[in-house]
Amino acid sequence: MDSATDAPPVDERRDAVVAALTDALGDGLVESHVEAGIDLCVRVTADAWVEAGRALRDGCAMSYFGFLSAIDWMPSPYGRDMDAQVDLEPAVDAEPTAMEWGLAGGATRFQLLARVHDPIGHLGVTVKADLVGDRPEVDSWIGVYPGANWHEREAWEMFGISFRGHPNQIHLYLPSHFEGNPLRKDYPLLARRVKPWPGIVDVELMPGGDDVGDDEGEGS
Amino acid sequence: MTAVDDPRQLAYIAGQASDARVNLEIETEGMTLNIGPQHPATHGTLRIVVKLDGERVMRAEPIMGYMHRGYEKLTEVRTYPQVTSLINRIDWLGSFANEVPFILAAEQIMGVEAPPRAQWIRTLLFELSRIANVVLFLGDMGVQLGAVTPVFFAFRDREFVLNQIEAVTGGRFHPNFDRIGGLKDDIPRGWTEETKGVLGRIRKFCDEMEDLVTGNEIFQARTRGIGVIPADVGLSYGLSGANIRASGVDWDLRRDGGSGLVYDKLDWKVWTHPDGDSFARYWVRLQEVREACNMVEQLLDGIPSGPIMAKVPRIIKVPPGEAYVETENPLGVMGYYVVSKGDLVPYRVKIRSASFSNISITPWLLEGTYVPDVVSILASLYFILGDIDR
Repeated sequence: MDSATDAPPVDERRDAVVAALTDALGDGLVESHVEAGIDLCVRVTADAWVEAGRALRDGCAMSYFGFLSAIDWMPSPYGRDMDAQVDLEPAVDAEPTAMEWGLAGGATRFQLLARVHDPIGHLGVTVKADLVGDRPEVDSWIGVYPGANWHEREAWEMFGISFRGHPNQIHLYLPSHFEGNPLRKDYPLLARRVKPWPGIVDVELMPGGDDVGDDEGEGS
Repeated sequence: MTAVDDPRQLAYIAGQASDARVNLEIETEGMTLNIGPQHPATHGTLRIVVKLDGERVMRAEPIMGYMHRGYEKLTEVRTYPQVTSLINRIDWLGSFANEVPFILAAEQIMGVEAPPRAQWIRTLLFELSRIANVVLFLGDMGVQLGAVTPVFFAFRDREFVLNQIEAVTGGRFHPNFDRIGGLKDDIPRGWTEETKGVLGRIRKFCDEMEDLVTGNEIFQARTRGIGVIPADVGLSYGLSGANIRASGVDWDLRRDGGSGLVYDKLDWKVWTHPDGDSFARYWVRLQEVREACNMVEQLLDGIPSGPIMAKVPRIIKVPPGEAYVETENPLGVMGYYVVSKGDLVPYRVKIRSASFSNISITPWLLEGTYVPDVVSILASLYFILGDIDR
């Protein structure tokens, strides 16, 4: 955190990873975000997904597979669930809220998210890839990192992302007849429909006290 | 040597030989065996369907989800402080350790840093959680291989550690004690001395385990050379923690990870074992409990004075941003990928739990082993169901 505030934030090791990926992928590498001294996040095209994994494993010694998942960037049509005791029904013809992406940007609703790590050099990288369409498809990482198997099954059932070449694309957690993809933002939280949520934030100020400080330091 | 030339004798010999060949090649009918969901070796409700040929495992397929609670969805409708009470229940034997990486991730996005005293007490409770967690593993490893005494010892001595955690946090299993910017409370008076007494008990427990289990001939026979995981295979499956250190990978996030905890101020050692078998995993964990005792002792002596909370707003809104923070939890590497959009609630939290990846190697690892080894391999991989299913 302290090194990020220094004037020229240069992180040679993470820059080297970006350079190696640029060499290996060319246009496949869309964007990269180096937070000097803290972390590295890169975004690749869906077509370069497997190639990116291979380049990281073979070219950057990222032999440890952390996780693979996804993010649904479409804001939930049910609104902010915390502000209501019950899960709101979406307005019938409401305009979908504009999407905003996080680190290393984005272009589509679904974004793959994976993390690999170099256990010798102690450097980790988050890899993202934009997936097109409502039922996106992407090549499986199993050939590169066999540990991706279960993670891809989870992403498939939770987000509805199919992985080409996955040998066993079946439900992992949910019953085999389950329909829907629970981690999609437009999947309602049924528990809120059944029972109002009792845990709404209701913070009263201490007597005589006022709110301590405000956001100190800019998070990046 | 007299040659057999009688055709009838020759035919008889040929018949016998072909019978013998058939007997050799005959395949026993494959059998499907369910281990679990309720089996002592599954620490909860993991079901493993194994296809057997005789005693040999041809294929093993773990089936999870019996305890899936949808935490990743629920975190999207809980405020940041409320999330800690959820994620407490991921690895329920070392609950406090679950809270730390999430809080660190939120702090990283907010640009808040806990004061030194809070960091020390965090590290202290983190290591106490590790002791409470891994002590139970040591006992459990024994009981799954037929030695009942260790588990009684483990439950007996873990109780003292839980008492100390309870004295600070008010919760034996679910402390919910870590806060963005610091801790909920300070440690009570007289606590450091008591904790030192407890460390003595734990060290004695480790010695007892060494006497009772480590050198035991049956234990050795059932764990040495069983379930060998080469380092590169383990890494590609995302194995972490003591499991990967038992394969000779010298990687420990307490030493090699980011800031937020005070391990760099302590004098300690990362234990590894070159063998990668079940015994190595047991042995590394035993050493880690001892090392954790050393660490706690140093932490107790070195707690700096000062506040335990940084200045944070009363209502916590985390500014837009993303952070991935992982720590070396009792079960392995645990990380949270937190995406914030500036609301009271996280936009998305990906929970990377250790056991999920640790157990994802089982289809590869169990293939070709024998039924009794399944139990010792599962025990030595050491998983908590809540940590798999989340």
